[in-house]
Amino acid sequence: MAQVFPKSSNTLSKASIVVAGIVLGAVGLATININRTTYVTTQSMPIEQVVQFTHTHHVGSLGLDCRFCHTAVEESSYAGIPPSKTCMGCHSVVWKDAPILEPVRESFRNDTSVEWIKVHDLPEFVYFNHSIHVNKGIGCESCHGRVDQMPLMMRQNSLNMEWCLACHRAPEQFLRPKDQIYTMGWDPEKALGMTQAELGAKLKLENNVQSRTNCATCHR
Amino acid sequence: MKLHHAAFVALLALGVASCRQDMHDQPKHKPFTRSALFKDQRSARPLVPGTVARGQLMEDEHLYLGKVDGKPAETFPAALADAFGGGGEWQQRMLARGRDRFQIQCTPCHGSVGDGNGMIVQRGMKRPPSYHIDRLQKSPPGYFFDVITNGFGAMIDQKDRVKVEDRWAIVAYIRALQLSQNATVADVPAEHRDELDHPKPRTEGQTPETQHGR
Repeated sequence: MAQVFPKSSNTLSKASIVVAGIVLGAVGLATININRTTYVTTQSMPIEQVVQFTHTHHVGSLGLDCRFCHTAVEESSYAGIPPSKTCMGCHSVVWKDAPILEPVRESFRNDTSVEWIKVHDLPEFVYFNHSIHVNKGIGCESCHGRVDQMPLMMRQNSLNMEWCLACHRAPEQFLRPKDQIYTMGWDPEKALGMTQAELGAKLKLENNVQSRTNCATCHR
Repeated sequence: MKLHHAAFVALLALGVASCRQDMHDQPKHKPFTRSALFKDQRSARPLVPGTVARGQLMEDEHLYLGKVDGKPAETFPAALADAFGGGGEWQQRMLARGRDRFQIQCTPCHGSVGDGNGMIVQRGMKRPPSYHIDRLQKSPPGYFFDVITNGFGAMIDQKDRVKVEDRWAIVAYIRALQLSQNATVADVPAEHRDELDHPKPRTEGQTPETQHGR
């Protein structure tokens, strides 16, 4: 009986092992890296809301403190989205007939909710608490970026787990004095003449900031 | 044939990578989550009218309403000493807290020194009166507390946003502002008078341009 396979299939079968390895590796790498692309994380993509609220104006040019609206950030896991009453505090007088603000006025009149789209939407198997971060010395800017320069709110960072861990492993990279948490564009070199490394090491000791990388810190 | 398989596996990987699983969006309520159950679609429910939580009866009219015998209180409530940690320095702590809260919640309209020239006023808000006019200089603390709690004129009430103790702390800071804006050289302790002409450099690491983004 003649051979079923020609002699060249020896070479082909050996080569296919190598090729299969390369293909599997490439697929693996692609899978990991696709999750890091802005296409998947949607970071740096401004999100259209019912009302095109601008932080550039309210924070950047008016100089409102973050806590003027996000009142719960120091005490709660959630920073809090302000009720439309907070908006109406000014907008019952300023820009009171602007069409762009109609959803806010409607919400205030009828006691309904303005349907904001959550920009920093963590997966629900993650526990996150704002208060511990701001009280231990992490500024808003470290996670949310230069909010005062964002006409529409967007996600500055990926919120991927590796991004969380990069800071949880070494929080001193971002620690600030407690009176500068809500400042945008704070620079330790300009304000204190210290590098972040020097300041971070000092604040880490002073405020007893610890590296937290136990799974149960966030997945509880 | 092999190429087809490779392409298929790569596509599958793409699909898997971008898919969101049920674990991401669990059928549970976190703050501000929409609820299909209630008519107003809010998962956070308001209290049933008349509900009193333990320890929140709010009997102390002086503390919670700023009134004594139905009139604006002339003094600060005694309960504040405990709220600000007691001891010899609770008043300093209250003032510091008051300054902090004042700068967050009040300066946009009332301005840093309480003269009513805040940024929002410069952008078209109705100008509030200065704290330093005669009428407000003579108003009792309970009056300021009542205005913060219930609003006044164009000012919306702040009771949802500023806690009771913080409102009193703000009142105390307004009192301090009133003192500071009407002070004379004689009010400065003799050993510090020289500093008026030779101010000390800032030491707290704050430069004007880095304060609260202003």
